Amino acid sequence: MYSIYLWTVLAPLIGAVVAGFFGRVIGRAGAHWVTIIGVAIATILSFLAYKHVVVDGAPAFNGTVYVWGIVGDLRLEIGFLIDELSATMMLVVTFVSLMIHVYTIGYMSDDPGYQRFFSYISLFTFAMLMLVMSNNFFQLFFGWEAVGVVSYLLIGFWYQRESAIFANLKAFVVNRVGDFGFILGIAAVLMYFDSLDYATVFERAPGVLGTTIEVLPGSEWSVMTLVCILLFIGAMGKSAQFPLHVWLPDSMEGPTPISALIHAATMVTAGIFMVARMSPLFELSDTALTTVMWIGAITCMFMGLLGLVQNDIKRVIAYSTLSQLGYMFVALGVSAYAAGIFHLTTHAFFKALLFLAAGSVIIGMHHEQDMRKMGGLWKYMPITWFTSLIGTLALVGFPGFSGFFSKDAIIDAAHHSSLPGAGIVYWMVLGSVLITSLYSFRLFFLVFHGKARMDEHTREHLHESPAVVTVPLMVLAIPSAIIGWFFVVPVLFGGYFGSSIFVEPGHDVLATMAETFPGTSKFFLEGFFHWPFYLAVIGFLISWYMYIKRPDLPDKVTAHTRVVYDILVRKYGFDELYQFLFAGGARGIGELLWRLGDQGLIDGVIVNGTARAVGRFAGFARKIQSGFLYDYAFAMIIGLLVLMSLGLYVYS
Amino acid sequence: MIDISHLLVLGAVMFCISMAGIFINRKNVIILLMSIELMLLSVNLNFVAFSYHLGDLAGQVFVFFILTVAAAEAAIGLAILVVVFRTRQTINVAELDTMKG
Repeated sequence: MYSIYLWTVLAPLIGAVVAGFFGRVIGRAGAHWVTIIGVAIATILSFLAYKHVVVDGAPAFNGTVYVWGIVGDLRLEIGFLIDELSATMMLVVTFVSLMIHVYTIGYMSDDPGYQRFFSYISLFTFAMLMLVMSNNFFQLFFGWEAVGVVSYLLIGFWYQRESAIFANLKAFVVNRVGDFGFILGIAAVLMYFDSLDYATVFERAPGVLGTTIEVLPGSEWSVMTLVCILLFIGAMGKSAQFPLHVWLPDSMEGPTPISALIHAATMVTAGIFMVARMSPLFELSDTALTTVMWIGAITCMFMGLLGLVQNDIKRVIAYSTLSQLGYMFVALGVSAYAAGIFHLTTHAFFKALLFLAAGSVIIGMHHEQDMRKMGGLWKYMPITWFTSLIGTLALVGFPGFSGFFSKDAIIDAAHHSSLPGAGIVYWMVLGSVLITSLYSFRLFFLVFHGKARMDEHTREHLHESPAVVTVPLMVLAIPSAIIGWFFVVPVLFGGYFGSSIFVEPGHDVLATMAETFPGTSKFFLEGFFHWPFYLAVIGFLISWYMYIKRPDLPDKVTAHTRVVYDILVRKYGFDELYQFLFAGGARGIGELLWRLGDQGLIDGVIVNGTARAVGRFAGFARKIQSGFLYDYAFAMIIGLLVLMSLGLYVYS
Repeated sequence: MIDISHLLVLGAVMFCISMAGIFINRKNVIILLMSIELMLLSVNLNFVAFSYHLGDLAGQVFVFFILTVAAAEAAIGLAILVVVFRTRQTINVAELDTMKG
């Protein structure tokens, strides 16, 4: 099995290196073949690993591949921990990545940076696999930063666009803030657990439980809470949780396949995965769990609201992603890790599907992304329309679709939790169902139904996208629709994750839910008589009424609720606040240091000052050199007199 | 009766005259050379005075050496002076300022 794991990681890396460095030699077709074959190998090997660990129930593999360095007692290793959790993640990552590789052939077909793009997405797959397969914090951090770098490269893929450069810098800087917390968390782990290896750290966790640390003078913090919250700050950055969410909507500047791969299906789920992986630590701190739950609930509700007022098709889906990530964090916070990972998996499929469908629409519309200029596309793009419908139904949690099983499980879990404020969080996630339904159907109706609002020229050229685009859509639609049926029982109640996730018995909300769980088909039928379904239907009806029946209504509503609308359009002012306070502040400090330190002190006093002092002295010395013999002789005599008087004075 | 103090005062006076000759003279390089010779002579006078006073002949031997060196120096100085005059058509000290910074 060892070589299988090794090659799962290496195959995409080799593809990326070949396509990146020899892109010109192998040409466009060569670049997509080499990377697709690399990722396909990784997908097949992930299937094997998944079968081996999850289906056949083999014990988890935990081994070191390579020792990168030894510093004192600290061993920095590259190693793999393949258990149920990482095998599931490997499968999701490689499968979605493979679909997106195929799709990219169609989407990027006339882009000059074709080879570069394939190299990047393959490199991203490598980085994400390193992250999920890691068995220690060091490699986790490597993967964590590597996906950040590739994300930076890909958001700024069209580097001639001013807005893309702004967006990728923003993503990178916001992620730095999160990573700062993350690396402090890792440092705290090393300090108190004296190891970076997962197994060792988790083993020692109960021993550290009582330790406290004085963070600020006079306030004692539990070390476990501190470590968990610092690690969670990292997850907030990577998974774009409030208040570090600002980068994700802007990252839509990148090409659409990237939005699907990185900003919906895989990279942003790194935070979810990490918290689930650290469950033995998080379970020991109620404070940290409550923080996770609250941040998740806030993101879930308030970011969903922003999706209602966006007009860019990709931005709506981006806010939807933020909201769904919020759901996942709520699940993690209430200790329903399995439900969180389950939602991660279903979300990866249906959100990738929605993004790729949006990409297909964008191709058809000649790179027009404004939904106000679309409408009635279902006639022209039937496959895109149908797969989008499946994705939308899965997203709103229509009973029977994958999103239904995972999202209802999370809402139920929040209901059963006993953490402080769980009651309010339950209402927030429930309310978010209505919001989800509103923005999802708003997008669906604006794009595919109603009056066609594009110009004549675009309408004449409207046609279904080529097969390389539609086949991935169809392949992703299948799991989006049905995956919930097969996995809901084993994942949530059947001990699917085995020992890879640890839940304190007192926190185990899924066990409480299992007592009343009626079985998959009955759960499906009961889904029609529960609040989430009613809310989703209400959302559907409102969207239908406002965008199909009375298309003039939305403008009137915004006119009457100008204040609320403005707040939402300006995204609660976070962008302005951060730009003014942090970006502006940092630039101000930089400007100050540049003027005072660089120009004033270093250039002015040290560099130019030295030159000026030498010049002045030389100008003075020049005047002494009269060139007349008697002046020199006079100087000699004076000098002699001085020396002699000095000699007399000293020796007498 | 002439004793050593008279000789030393004479030497000091000669030295001061020659020093003044070097500084005050702004005209002629030949006067400069003469002043230097006078300065050496005043030193020689000191040597001889002390030699006589202390009864030590080494001082007078030293004077012979200084005289030899002074003669050689005067010869070289005059030779340089001739060359300077040939190239610059003047021996005016105030005009010889090539080393001015």
